[in-house]
Amino acid sequence: MSRHGLFKFRLYIAGDALNSAQAQANLAALCRTHLPDRHEIEVVDVFQEPKRALADGIFMTPTLVKLTPAPTKTIVGTLSQMQPVLRALGLEASGI
Amino acid sequence: MKSARSPLTKAPTGIAGFDEITGGGLPHGRTTLLVGGPGSGKTLFALQFLVHGAQDCKEPGIFVAFEETAKRIVANAESFGWRLAELQRTKLFFLDAQPMPDLIQSGDFDLGGMLAALEAKTREMGARRIVFDALDVVLALLQDPAARRREIYRLHEWLLQRELTGIITTKAGGDETSSVAQQPFGFMQFMVDCAVILNHSVMLGVSHRNLRVQKYRGSSFDENESPFLIGKSGLEVAVVRAPGRMDAKVSNKRVSSGVKRLDTMLGGGYYRGASVLITGFSGTAKTTLSGTFAEAACKRGERTMFVSFDSDCTEVIRNLASVGIRLDRYVKSGVLRMILARSISGSAETYLVRIKTLAQEHGARCLVIDPVSTWYKSSNDLTAQSVADRLIDWSKGSGITLVCTSLLDEMSNRKESDSPMQISTLADTWIHLNYLVQAGERNRGLSIVKSRGTAHSNQVRELILSNTGVTLTDTYTAGGEVLMGTLRWEKESAERLAHEAAEVAAKLKRVKLNAEEAELEVRLKALQVELVAKQVEKALLARTTLTRKGELSRGRTRMRELRGADAAKPTRK
Repeated sequence: MSRHGLFKFRLYIAGDALNSAQAQANLAALCRTHLPDRHEIEVVDVFQEPKRALADGIFMTPTLVKLTPAPTKTIVGTLSQMQPVLRALGLEASGI
Repeated sequence: MKSARSPLTKAPTGIAGFDEITGGGLPHGRTTLLVGGPGSGKTLFALQFLVHGAQDCKEPGIFVAFEETAKRIVANAESFGWRLAELQRTKLFFLDAQPMPDLIQSGDFDLGGMLAALEAKTREMGARRIVFDALDVVLALLQDPAARRREIYRLHEWLLQRELTGIITTKAGGDETSSVAQQPFGFMQFMVDCAVILNHSVMLGVSHRNLRVQKYRGSSFDENESPFLIGKSGLEVAVVRAPGRMDAKVSNKRVSSGVKRLDTMLGGGYYRGASVLITGFSGTAKTTLSGTFAEAACKRGERTMFVSFDSDCTEVIRNLASVGIRLDRYVKSGVLRMILARSISGSAETYLVRIKTLAQEHGARCLVIDPVSTWYKSSNDLTAQSVADRLIDWSKGSGITLVCTSLLDEMSNRKESDSPMQISTLADTWIHLNYLVQAGERNRGLSIVKSRGTAHSNQVRELILSNTGVTLTDTYTAGGEVLMGTLRWEKESAERLAHEAAEVAAKLKRVKLNAEEAELEVRLKALQVELVAKQVEKALLARTTLTRKGELSRGRTRMRELRGADAAKPTRK
């Protein structure tokens, strides 16, 4: 497990759409496994805050944005395929 | 389908020609699919639709850019003069929705986020039109065909529910016209209410752009391919034939051809709004004859456009000045506009659309195209033919008097009837110029092959160019041969001499006869006098005879009395 810093996530979802729910569940599971106590998740529902989605340039839902540690990364989808997600988050080698 | 409004209303696109093909524009409140290869003009079409809506129809619009950034689209459209910057403040919104290149994808996603964002924006600005440019880019991220289909339906539903007039553009590769249904997003064509296919091809090194309305639910439309081009103010679609336009603006007025004698030959000149074709080999004074027409038009103060394919404008002016046709002053005053058409590159279609645009800009009432046969070279026969048809249709429709020249190829031994592009069947007046080579001379002959609705002379006239202008003279037909040039002159002078001689002889004869007459009269008088003398003499004679007789008988009676002769019965006499 990598030992530095806090992971701040923002997850954009589209109401109670199935893939949004899946993404939420997958993110929670990922954090439990790889980042216990080192993560913050903000969930933005684009149906509730469409202006924010527009401002942030979020057009596909669900979208996960890793805000810290730098650099920011954007991952689109349900996060069902873990490998590319972990690679993008820099957590790939450490989990085993 | 939703049928919120009873009859289908249409959203004009502002694209010249397209609204005519579709009878008013795209289906209002419905979705239109725009399919085309790279560089076929999809983005431009869509953008022009939005700009027109925002500028002229009070329909603000949103442009969702999946491929190019909004900045680049705006920059690319800069040259069309659409005032995008001004529109962008309130009436036109660009949404940059390009997937980031470093985007990581894991699992399924949808476009719900975008639609939610657009929903908000639509409400905020009251948008009525929306364009999704290059939807295929974002759909390509979805691996699952079912997911793609789902997102397209989602988008379509969303558009319909909000009654937005939408355009979705997608790429199509290769020969999209036939195989589009097999493309990954081909089913979109079945879903949408209207589908337009843009095509860009190169034939014989000449670029051709075509547009075809593939379907249009609930509306009639022109099903053929219509050529279009990207002009100075956006897309311009060539309308192949606008029905019901042929009957427009028939005029009985005449306009001068610029040559007095030709006007009389035609019974007063060309009809206003007619199309005139002048055919001839090179050097038969086609340009000159069209020049006289242009000059006459300018003299009347009518705005005129002269399109030259052969020579530079200044050359044309100089050359025409050598035969007394002075166009330079009209160019200066702005009545005449000279166009060097060589500077327009492209297909016959391009020429036509450019000429139309320029003529409209200039407000031309008279138009000269010299020579129209150039089009023949730059396209195949069929295209050129259709372009020529449309040229004439258009000029008639807008009441423009059109004079086109057409070069006949001397070498190929064409007959008169093989006039290029068969324009001749459409033209109202067809003047044919020819050479007559005779006695070491080449002389120009002019004849009117046809002139609809006009009595016209059937005689060949000789066309003479001099530095004072163009004149036509009678030719001599002697022994079945037409004489021109020096031969005609010789014949003419011979006749003149003969005529003079005859006149002198007649005069002489008259004098002689007068003299004879006078002489006879004198003689007549002398005889009359003599006659009177004779008559007097005769009368005198008669009287003396009578007197003598009387005297005699009186004497005899007296004598008898004196002699006392017995009285026989006295006889009284």
